[in-house]
Amino acid sequence: MSSPLVSPTIVRLGVRSIFGRWRGILLIVLPVVLLGISVLVRALVGQDVDPAQGTLYGLGLVVIVPLVALLATSGLLAPEIDDGSISYLLAKPISRHTIVASKLVVSFACVLVFGALPMLAAGLVLLPGSPSFAVGFGLASLVGGAAYCAVFALLSVLTRHAVVIGLIYLLVWEGLLGGLLDGVRWLSITRWSAELVDRVAGLELVDDLPLAYAVIAIAIVIAAGAWRTGWQLRGFNLTGDE
Amino acid sequence: MTEIRIDHVSRWYRNVVAVNDVSMTIGPGVTGLLGPNGAGKTTLIAMMSGFLAPSTGTVTLDGEPLWRNEEVYRTLGLVPEREALFDYLTGRQFVVAMAELHGLADTGAAAQRAIALIEMTDAQDRQISTYSKGMRQRIKMASALVHDPAVLLLDEPFNGMDPRQRMHLMELLRTMGAEGRTVLFSSHILEEVEQVARQIEVVVSGRHAASGDFGAIRRLMTDRPNRFVLRTSDDRLMASALLGDPSVRGARLRSEGGIELEASDFGRFSEVLPRLAREHGVRLHEVTPTDESLESVFSYLVSS
Repeated sequence: MSSPLVSPTIVRLGVRSIFGRWRGILLIVLPVVLLGISVLVRALVGQDVDPAQGTLYGLGLVVIVPLVALLATSGLLAPEIDDGSISYLLAKPISRHTIVASKLVVSFACVLVFGALPMLAAGLVLLPGSPSFAVGFGLASLVGGAAYCAVFALLSVLTRHAVVIGLIYLLVWEGLLGGLLDGVRWLSITRWSAELVDRVAGLELVDDLPLAYAVIAIAIVIAAGAWRTGWQLRGFNLTGDE
Repeated sequence: MTEIRIDHVSRWYRNVVAVNDVSMTIGPGVTGLLGPNGAGKTTLIAMMSGFLAPSTGTVTLDGEPLWRNEEVYRTLGLVPEREALFDYLTGRQFVVAMAELHGLADTGAAAQRAIALIEMTDAQDRQISTYSKGMRQRIKMASALVHDPAVLLLDEPFNGMDPRQRMHLMELLRTMGAEGRTVLFSSHILEEVEQVARQIEVVVSGRHAASGDFGAIRRLMTDRPNRFVLRTSDDRLMASALLGDPSVRGARLRSEGGIELEASDFGRFSEVLPRLAREHGVRLHEVTPTDESLESVFSYLVSS
């Protein structure tokens, strides 16, 4: 079957769906919080690399960007799977991978608009004299956020508790263990994207992680997550209350 | 000719059997899938629409497997039972989107045709969230018809419809069946099914209990023993008169008054009862069937 990679109709429906629910408001609140705190930090401590780095890494890359990806992706798939309305998309002669790719396009766009661009702006607020700092965090947010989207898309088709499990994963693995255990960097999307920041902005957020490894790992997570989500959707079970 | 073939299909969820070794062929015309709630109708329709894999057996559409086969949706339309829709869209936007997903050439015209067919033109520009249950049912129907499918599967389509909408949908299904489409709908109401369906498949507790035209199914159901409670002006006289007729299998005088009675031939009994009452000068105060629930009808079908 020749199916387009992305369906404009599903993209359109996805955008309407995200902003038709409470998640849409949260998506706007998160970058506003980031920008607000960045303005506050700049006002309190001036142009200083350490607090700027702490804000964009500790708050932006570890918390805001993954949360934006979680809200954007689970908001696109989980509610439709929960209430069964996904069957209207699935009862069509289109590839399940097209459906997933179209949903991910919307998630990626959310990550760009509500994650990466606010990170770029926050970087420029914190260190206006160092554009590579802002660009590094903006780029890392976009790439890391995309990987998170692929992971959360897969979670949405695997479990009805995608948001809860996603939050636990973010808090425990990426947040807590990622900060405590060095070895986690090999299996942490946040650390992989932080390596991009290190290379672009000349920082040292993570030690001893080859750039090539980080880039390839992110690419594999995005590709494998998207493919596996489509594969899961091909076997979607629609049963009523019987 | 488009045909869905279910061949020795079983489906279980862990150790609960939802469908048990069912074989049936659904051909052109309207077929009613009749059974009480929890009988396995939704599971069967999910398998017929490619949304559930059988645990054993095969389900095919013109020889092609339905499971994991997106191409079947070119010829198949599904109206699921669940009510969730894209509430943030208007009815027209929803049907147009469905037409686009089918890759139709003129999506606007196809959507208008489907919306007109189910008489939703006036409400098409209202948001789906404002629709009544019956309207949601009809817009689901429009979305399933937008690509003019040869096969249409509907899970409890009459739920929530008012009598006029019900009549209209019945007429629409009859027309589609007469056009040679393969139409299957599920229901737990015999009267609903026999008004529309040429062929009736009865499922009870996951088993294929009976199959045939509505006359055959109706006979099976009405020929079963029926139990009644009668209150009359002279219970003893009425009971003895009724016991003399072969349509009555047994009668018992109840201590609290009235007659408990089992009729073996409902058709004959319904003629004999008023005649005997008149002949013996007995007044009938009350005739109450005591096991008319559909479940008891289906239980009888399974055991027969």
